[in-house]
Amino acid sequence: MSTIFDYEFMRNAFYACTIVGIVSGAVGYFLVLRGQTFAGHALSHVGFPGATGAGLIGLSPFLGLTVFTIAAGIGIGLLGERAHRDVAIGIVLTLSLGLGLLFLHFYTAFASQATNVLFGNVLGISLRTVIVLAVLGVAILAALVLIARPLLFASLQPELAEARGVPITLVSTLFMVLVAVATSEAVQIVGVLLVFALMVAPAATALRLTSGVAAGVLASIALAVVIAWISLSLAFLTDWPTSFWITALGAAAYVISGMARRSTAAPEARLADGNP
Amino acid sequence: MNAIEFDKVTLTYGGRRVLSDVSFSIPQGAFIGLLGANGAGKTTMLRAILGLIKPAGGAISVLGKPPTRGNAAIGYMPQARRAHNDVGISGLDFVLSAAGGHRWGWPVPSSAEKEAAWKALEAIGATDLARRPLAELSGGERQRILIAQSLIGDPQLLLLDEPLISLDAAHQRAIIDLVHEIGERLGIAVLFCSHEINPLLRAVDRVLYLGNGKAAIGSVDEVISGPVLSKLYGTHINVVRVAGRIFVMADDVELESGAHVHDL
Repeated sequence: MSTIFDYEFMRNAFYACTIVGIVSGAVGYFLVLRGQTFAGHALSHVGFPGATGAGLIGLSPFLGLTVFTIAAGIGIGLLGERAHRDVAIGIVLTLSLGLGLLFLHFYTAFASQATNVLFGNVLGISLRTVIVLAVLGVAILAALVLIARPLLFASLQPELAEARGVPITLVSTLFMVLVAVATSEAVQIVGVLLVFALMVAPAATALRLTSGVAAGVLASIALAVVIAWISLSLAFLTDWPTSFWITALGAAAYVISGMARRSTAAPEARLADGNP
Repeated sequence: MNAIEFDKVTLTYGGRRVLSDVSFSIPQGAFIGLLGANGAGKTTMLRAILGLIKPAGGAISVLGKPPTRGNAAIGYMPQARRAHNDVGISGLDFVLSAAGGHRWGWPVPSSAEKEAAWKALEAIGATDLARRPLAELSGGERQRILIAQSLIGDPQLLLLDEPLISLDAAHQRAIIDLVHEIGERLGIAVLFCSHEINPLLRAVDRVLYLGNGKAAIGSVDEVISGPVLSKLYGTHINVVRVAGRIFVMADDVELESGAHVHDL
């Protein structure tokens, strides 16, 4: 009997999902904690013209994507508060997608890949790409461990962290670079438009279910990896796109965690309010 | 030694002159209410004391030294800009994030840091909140966690920026009494920012009132009076006292509670 692991593309897909799940879960936890989830969304959009533009001039789309997301990450990090402007973000996002479309228009041979960049194509990942994802993933996690302590402080209490001498612009810019590279990794699985599903849904679910940082990060990683594995298996069985299953399972996990927390937290919260 | 001294200090914020030529001193151990409408420069003054902005003129002295960023002798509670009602982090971890938060690496607390966090939670009577996530705490409980965080590192001066915001009257009283008691027990000066004087009447030694780029300091009766505030605002101000409460009026418009409404 043939199993799911008999196919090389499925094995590569599982490797890639494991690596990207770990990275997205860890980085996503801090992203949600900081209330910067839309930055992750924005970075991936800005990456789209990078990927199509690189294709146009004969470079690797992954390289173009990563360079653009890193540049955007540095921009968001340095702008800080000023980057939180709805209209400006919306205009940059649409301009990015428009530019990406223009590059596709000039390079029609790449057009067939456009869907892959937008919605991901985890079943088309080569072993070489898996190795690149692994190397970048280790680098991201190492850097995250290095900045985690000031990042946590600056995320929870930015003004106090600043007063205590934390270089908050440096910390937030470094973090946005990590988000940028993590986004590029996640795009390989779920595509530019669905990065939220891997970066945000597992992390937000984990933040609802845990009350410690280490437990939260581990839960977020576990959720992201398990969601990706189940999605791959379901995609194999149903022939529906993996990305669809990742978005559906991510949404389900988030909704269920909300209901679980309400049913356990409500009596305690009422007690607290009646006891000033 | 004075806790804070301002000598002819001028502060600007975004190119605008917030304080000009202000001088006052606050002795160690005093409980001072820092008052003034929104935008009067209360937060800017705290940031100058913390060494985050440099005065455009004059000199500031904090505990006998010029202000420096990262001064561990100052406990600071910033104004809560975020409700923290979605944060799945326990009260203890939240307080701990401030202990050694400037160092690099993964946040594994040392035993000294854990001890400091428990000590701070104990001081504020919030050890029962330590294990519960912030998201589950009420507004008053969350405020106690924030104050506990400001006590990390045994500060000799406490700067609290609007700790009463979004609390009801009973919780406001509880927070003021708590801070007052901590200040007296530790013998440290407290600068307590508020845009309303009435909740503070029960505790403050003196008030520092900011308005129109100027400052007035003294007892409540000395500062919250028609002539003093008229001079501060540069317009005719009436101060009305009714049933132990104070109302500051300009042309029949109540100044303080008018500023208050926007924050609720």
